[in-house]
Amino acid sequence: MTAPMPISLEVNGERVDLHVLPRVNLADFLREHLHLTGTHVGCEHGVCGACTVRVNGEIVRACLMLAVQVHGKTVQTIEGLSDSGEVADLQSAFRERNALQCGYCTPGMLMAAEDLLKQQNEPSRELIREHLSGNYCRCTGYQAIVDAIEATAHSRRGRPR
Amino acid sequence: MIVARRQAERLSVLDRPNSYIGKTVPRPNLDRLMQGRGLYVSDIELPRMAHVVFLRSPHAHAKIVAIDASAAKRMPGVIAIVTGRELAAVITPWVGVLSHLKRLKSAPQYAMAIDRVCWQGEAVAAVVATSRALAEDAGEQVLVDYEELEAVTDMQTALDPKTPVIHPALGDNLAFERLHDTGNVDQAFEAADEVVEAEFVFGRHTGVTLEPRSVVADWNSAEGRLTIYQGTQAPHMVQNIAALHLGLREQQVRVVCKDVGGSFGIKVHIYADEMATYALSKLLRRPIKFVADRVESFNTDIHARDHRCKGRIGVRRDGAITAFKIDDLTGIGPYSMYPRTSAIEANQVVNLVGGPYTTKSYRARARVVFQNKNVMCQYRAVGHPIACAVTEGLVDLAAIRIGMDPVQIRKRNLIADDAYPCASPTGLRFEQLSHQACLTKLVEMMDYAGLRAEQATLRRTNIYRGIGVASFIEVTNPSAAFYGVGGARISSQDGVAVRLDAQGSVICQTSITEQGQGSEALTAQIVATVLGVAMERVRVILGDTDNTPYGGGTWASRGAGIGGEAALQAAKVLRKNILDVAAAILQSNPAELDIAGNAVVNAGDREPRIELSELARIVYFRPDTLPPGIQPELMATRHFVPREYPFAFTNGVQASWLEVDPETGFIRLLKHWVVEDCGTIINPQLVDEQIRGGVVQGLGAALFEKCVYDERGQLTNANMADYLVPMAGEMPDIDVGHVVSPTRESELGAKGAGEAGTAGAAAAVINAVNDALGPFGTLVTEIPLTPQVILTALGRL
Repeated sequence: MTAPMPISLEVNGERVDLHVLPRVNLADFLREHLHLTGTHVGCEHGVCGACTVRVNGEIVRACLMLAVQVHGKTVQTIEGLSDSGEVADLQSAFRERNALQCGYCTPGMLMAAEDLLKQQNEPSRELIREHLSGNYCRCTGYQAIVDAIEATAHSRRGRPR
Repeated sequence: MIVARRQAERLSVLDRPNSYIGKTVPRPNLDRLMQGRGLYVSDIELPRMAHVVFLRSPHAHAKIVAIDASAAKRMPGVIAIVTGRELAAVITPWVGVLSHLKRLKSAPQYAMAIDRVCWQGEAVAAVVATSRALAEDAGEQVLVDYEELEAVTDMQTALDPKTPVIHPALGDNLAFERLHDTGNVDQAFEAADEVVEAEFVFGRHTGVTLEPRSVVADWNSAEGRLTIYQGTQAPHMVQNIAALHLGLREQQVRVVCKDVGGSFGIKVHIYADEMATYALSKLLRRPIKFVADRVESFNTDIHARDHRCKGRIGVRRDGAITAFKIDDLTGIGPYSMYPRTSAIEANQVVNLVGGPYTTKSYRARARVVFQNKNVMCQYRAVGHPIACAVTEGLVDLAAIRIGMDPVQIRKRNLIADDAYPCASPTGLRFEQLSHQACLTKLVEMMDYAGLRAEQATLRRTNIYRGIGVASFIEVTNPSAAFYGVGGARISSQDGVAVRLDAQGSVICQTSITEQGQGSEALTAQIVATVLGVAMERVRVILGDTDNTPYGGGTWASRGAGIGGEAALQAAKVLRKNILDVAAAILQSNPAELDIAGNAVVNAGDREPRIELSELARIVYFRPDTLPPGIQPELMATRHFVPREYPFAFTNGVQASWLEVDPETGFIRLLKHWVVEDCGTIINPQLVDEQIRGGVVQGLGAALFEKCVYDERGQLTNANMADYLVPMAGEMPDIDVGHVVSPTRESELGAKGAGEAGTAGAAAAVINAVNDALGPFGTLVTEIPLTPQVILTALGRL
């Protein structure tokens, strides 16, 4: 189990075929093999949420998953969500509200926020805070982030779907 | 109102049409961070780069008997395994003392331990390999033979004669002691009707920057230059220290600081493992990358607080506070940190206790002791949370004793807003504070009377809610009095260079740094306003010692006040230079011209005369068409440091509204308010967000954060699952209000705002908890206020 294993997957819409060591986790794979450095590593044990990415549409902690586990799956990172425009309004709300300072938690925060907004079109502030409870931010104190997500939910409700 | 009059007198270059000052505008370059396209040090890869993993001591105190790396050196990918003794040939040791902190002592500290380790986590060997994983594999094969020594862990017994002395050459474990006595303190206590005492205990905690400390050091032996990529708050300080200890000239060292994943004071120091990384690059002649993992972060990022402070207050029945007295003790680990030292926090506690009040009688002692735990040093709001919690806790105790409302006793004793300039009992000079106005505004914002009524109603249904109020002062805009006078080569002045480029846009290089506060934004706002150009036309460059003027960086709430003023002054000069050229081109008089909307306009009728892009084209490409003798200077540089006041003090007041469950000991924060006065507000949103972020760091200390050591000096919760930080679901909304008293030391008038939130948050929470628990007749003076602490106080554990 220590020899590199072949994996094939789709990352941000592109086909990837590579050999990876079985012990490489998804966060390190994205950062070091694919140079997608928008996925950040904060705690390496699934607590801080900075490495949150989407696998087959569900958000996961990339540090708690092995790269070999995403063989045959679809992975989306912050770079992909940004280029597709899916989170453009959320990013705009974060900008207007200054919902980021150092920005290190922000990719994971946007991932988690978008996940909530896909499930709930009118989340309460309490629900937003609850949903973000696995994403640490040391800079903002969270209020601006909650405001930005609330504002995005509001503007999406007024948008034809 | 005094404040309004003071502002009206100050109409200046900032009060121009289309001014950005005082306006909420988004920070430039946020998209980069939001799209995952920033460049943090942990993202950097260079050709031939190798990775270092430090082998760290598992013991708090031990002799290193032998290191056997022979098996490890044969492991795949290993480039080198270097011991502390080998590295000492490349980099010299240091001693973290400053001459103005009299009799502060410390022992020489090496980049890696040589024959003895003094805390769990101190590096003993460096394993350099082609990848971090391979270096970690090899590290497991390095055999270190330790002989464990007795660890000094309890600061309360560190000075006992039977306790081992950590550094025998120093004679004892006392790093620093400061005494202060205004005189007549005993008489002042005798003049009081009541004297109240309490001991306040502050847990050791740390910054938990989400991006761990990271360095890429790249020694180019052909150029004879070391480039250090590091998330630091003070690039020129790092340049100076790296050069000093590697035997280089400063110009042989370049420090580059791109995006920084949180700092809060954690990244303003010189760490042994970072020094080791610079030295390894020089030794191995290739780029070396060090990224701390989370366990290393907890064991080696500076810790802070960990104070036990006995306090005493004298009060008359009419509410007048007659005297304060404190006896503070703190343990700082085995070394005083370099170069800022580990005595500053205790020194600040002595300086700041009682600071908001008119009380003149004050006696203080602070002792700083060595121990075999991780090093302690300056973290956001250095000393302030301790001084504030002790002062405000004592004031509340005094109020309870004489049966006075906590807001009333503060109104009675806070310095009057028209009493300035004045000084504190420790000689801190206050230019203009606004305690009374802030308190009045806070009471109104929070509907104090309404909350008191609600509290009383709920108590009848056994719901225990509390209100806590805490006034504070904050040290900002430090002059050379902070570090320079003590011999540290840490600049207190900052510089800004501004130039008009060939298309009429503006390039601005500043020596302050950005860690998310908005340094870039406020610099662009100031420069755009003074010049009369759109903010989008201003590009700000920072965080590169090769490409910015020399300066201090961003720490101690100094970026806006000092770097901002330098930006203002530089932009004024460039504006004048532009108008001089424009007058020559237009055959006009500079006094009749102005700049607005990216063009030179008539000062009177505001008619556009020449676009800045056209002016720049002429200056750079057709200077032959200018009148003889005209040599335009479309670049200007100015530096600034406050000279009149050593520090620009700010002030404010916070309030907490919370609920304590006496059955479980859990505390639920319901709401938090802050009113603060940071002088001129450049960007209201950025100031408010600094306050909110600061408050939440203070709330973390109040409720959750603690580095838990066992009696052998082992850190038992060095991971994010066991060391709790505030999460979104637990934090309240925070309302922020302002009173504005600009400093007259600068044209900008800005003081700092970065630490005000952290300064008073815990004090407000402690006071609110004690207010909530009033009916139980118990008193809690220890943070973090865990359920265990609450239940113990209630006698239920």
